[in-house]
Amino acid sequence: MSTTQELVAPPAPAGWKRALGKARSNPTTAVGVVICIIIMAAAILAPWVAPYDPADQDIFNRLQPPSAEFWLGTDQFGRDILSRLMWGGRISLTVSLGAIFAAAIIGGAIGLISGYIGGRFDLFVMQVMDVLLSFPSLILGLIVVALLGPELINLVVAIALTAIAPFARVARAPTMALKERAFVEAGRALGFSHTRVLFRHILPNIMSEVMVMGTLWLATAVRVEASLSFIGLGVKPPTATWGGMTRDGFENILDAPWLAVFPGLAILFLVLGLNMVGDGLRDATDPKLRNE
Amino acid sequence: MTGFVLRRLLAAVPTLIAVLTLVFIIVRIVPGDPALVILGDQATPEAIAALRTRLGLDRSLWAQYFSFITSALVGDFGVSMVTGRSIMAEVGAVLPHTIDLTLASMIFGIVIGVPVGIWAALHRNGVVDVAARVLSLLGLSFPVFVSGIFLLLAFSLHWRWFPVIGSADLSDYGDRLHKLVLPTVALGLVMAAYITRVTRSAMLQSLGEDYIRTARAKGVPWRRVVWVHGLRNASIPIVTVVGLYVGILLGNSVLTEIVFNRPGLGKIIVGALNQRDYTMLQGLMVIYCFLIVVVNLITDLLYGVIDPRVKAE
Repeated sequence: MSTTQELVAPPAPAGWKRALGKARSNPTTAVGVVICIIIMAAAILAPWVAPYDPADQDIFNRLQPPSAEFWLGTDQFGRDILSRLMWGGRISLTVSLGAIFAAAIIGGAIGLISGYIGGRFDLFVMQVMDVLLSFPSLILGLIVVALLGPELINLVVAIALTAIAPFARVARAPTMALKERAFVEAGRALGFSHTRVLFRHILPNIMSEVMVMGTLWLATAVRVEASLSFIGLGVKPPTATWGGMTRDGFENILDAPWLAVFPGLAILFLVLGLNMVGDGLRDATDPKLRNE
Repeated sequence: MTGFVLRRLLAAVPTLIAVLTLVFIIVRIVPGDPALVILGDQATPEAIAALRTRLGLDRSLWAQYFSFITSALVGDFGVSMVTGRSIMAEVGAVLPHTIDLTLASMIFGIVIGVPVGIWAALHRNGVVDVAARVLSLLGLSFPVFVSGIFLLLAFSLHWRWFPVIGSADLSDYGDRLHKLVLPTVALGLVMAAYITRVTRSAMLQSLGEDYIRTARAKGVPWRRVVWVHGLRNASIPIVTVVGLYVGILLGNSVLTEIVFNRPGLGKIIVGALNQRDYTMLQGLMVIYCFLIVVVNLITDLLYGVIDPRVKAE
C-alpha cells in the first residue's frame, strides 16, 4: 500500500516548503513578520501587560497628551489609549482571523468542488460568485452588519461573506488544472472515491495558493473591520476597537489629535505587516518568479 | 464594433437580474416585519395592516418580486420608507458628488500609478524600483479613513491649505475642484498603489517580448517603444485593475464622505441604516450594483478597443 501511496502522492508540499524558506530570506517578509508578531503579542498579552484597565475612566485626566504616565495619552473619558489599543487589537484580530478562516474554508470548498465537477454546475456556481463580487465589499459588509446587528459574530459573518467569492476563484483555477493530471487519474483508477481524491490529493496542492490569499485577505479583513467600527457598526462601545477609537478621536480632532492618530497608526501597521508577509509569500510561491 | 457593444450589453442583463434577485432575497430574509419596525411596538394592528398594504407587503412574494424587478429595470425604486420621497430623486441629488469623487480618485490613481509603474519597471531593482515597491505597499495598507484623517490634520488643520468641510457648490467649478483635492488623494491612494504595482509587472512582462526587440532593432525611438509598444500591450491588466478598483472606490467613498463631511451616496446609506429605511437600502444596493455592472461593461468594451482580438471573438 505504501508504494501506491507514494505513486499517487502529489508533488506540491516540497515546493511549499521551499517557498517558505525563500520567503524567510526576503527582508520585506521578515519586517512584516516582526510587525505582526509585535502587534499580536501586545493584543494577546493585553490582560497582563496593559498598564491600565481599558474601561477605567479617570475624569481628572481627560484628553491628556502623551506623557510618562500615559504613554499615548488619554481619551475624552480619561481612559488610557495604550491599554485600549492593546485590547482593541484583540477584537481586530479575532474578527479578521475568524472571518478569513471561515471564508477560506467555505470559499475554498466551493471552488474545489465546483472546479472538480465542472460543466454546467461549475458555470452556475461561478455565476453566483460573480454576482456576489458585484457588491462593493464595504457596502455588503455594512448592510449585513446593519441588518444582523453589531455583534462580534455578525461582523465575522459579514466580512467572511465578502471574501468567499475570491477564495472560490483562487481554489477553482488550480483544481481544474490538477484534475487532468496523472496522479488524479491514478487515484481514481485505484478505486479511491471522489471525496478522497479531492481532499487528500488535490487539496494539498492548492493549499499554498489559498494560504497566500488568506494572508493578503487578512489585511483586507482588518481594514474592513476597522472601517465598519469607524462607521459605528463595529463591536459596541465601551469595548475598545481600533476603528471606534479612531472615530472618537476624529470627533475630538481639534482638542486632541493624537486620539485619532494612534489607533489609525495601529491599523496601518497591522495591515502593512500582513501585506508585507502576504507579498513575500506570493513572490515565493509564484512559479513565474520561482527561478529568479 | 456595434455588434460587439450590443453583445456585451445583452450579456449584462442576466447579471443585473441576478443582482436584483439577490438584493430582493437579502432584504426579505431580514428578521422582523418592516411595517412593525417603522411604526414601533405601540402601533395598532389596523395601522400596521394599512402600512403593509401601502408598502405592498400584503401581496404574494412572487407578485412583490415581479413588480420589484420590472420597476427596477426601468429605474423606479419606489419611495423612502422614512421620508416618503422618491429614492431616485434623493439619490440623484447627491450622485454627482460621489461620481466626482470616484472619477477624480480613479484619474489620480492612473496619473500617479502608470508613470511610476513604468519608471520602476525600467529601473528594475534600482533605487526607484525599490522605493516604488515600498511606497506602494504602504499606500495600499492605508484604510481610507486613516489617510483622510492624516491629510485633514496636515493640510486643513495645520497648514490650512484646504477647507475642513468638503461639500461644494456644484456650479462653481473652481470651488468644486479645490474641495475635491484632499478627498481624492485620500481615496485614490490605494488605487495609485495598486496601479503602480500592476503597471510595473505588466510592463516588465511586455518589455521582455520579441516585438519590443523587433521595434528597437528597426530603430524606433526608445521613448516610443516604451509608451506605445510596451504600454499598449501591458494595458489589459492595468484596465482590469482599474475596473475592479472602481468598485472598491465606490464602497470606500462612504468613509471619505464621513471624514470630509461631503454629501453623497455614502452619507445616504449610513442615514438609511440608522433609520432602518429598508426601501432606501434596497434601492441603494441596486444602484451600487448597477454602477459596478456599468463599470464592468466599460472595462469589457475597453478590452475590445485595446486588443482587437477580443472583439473578434
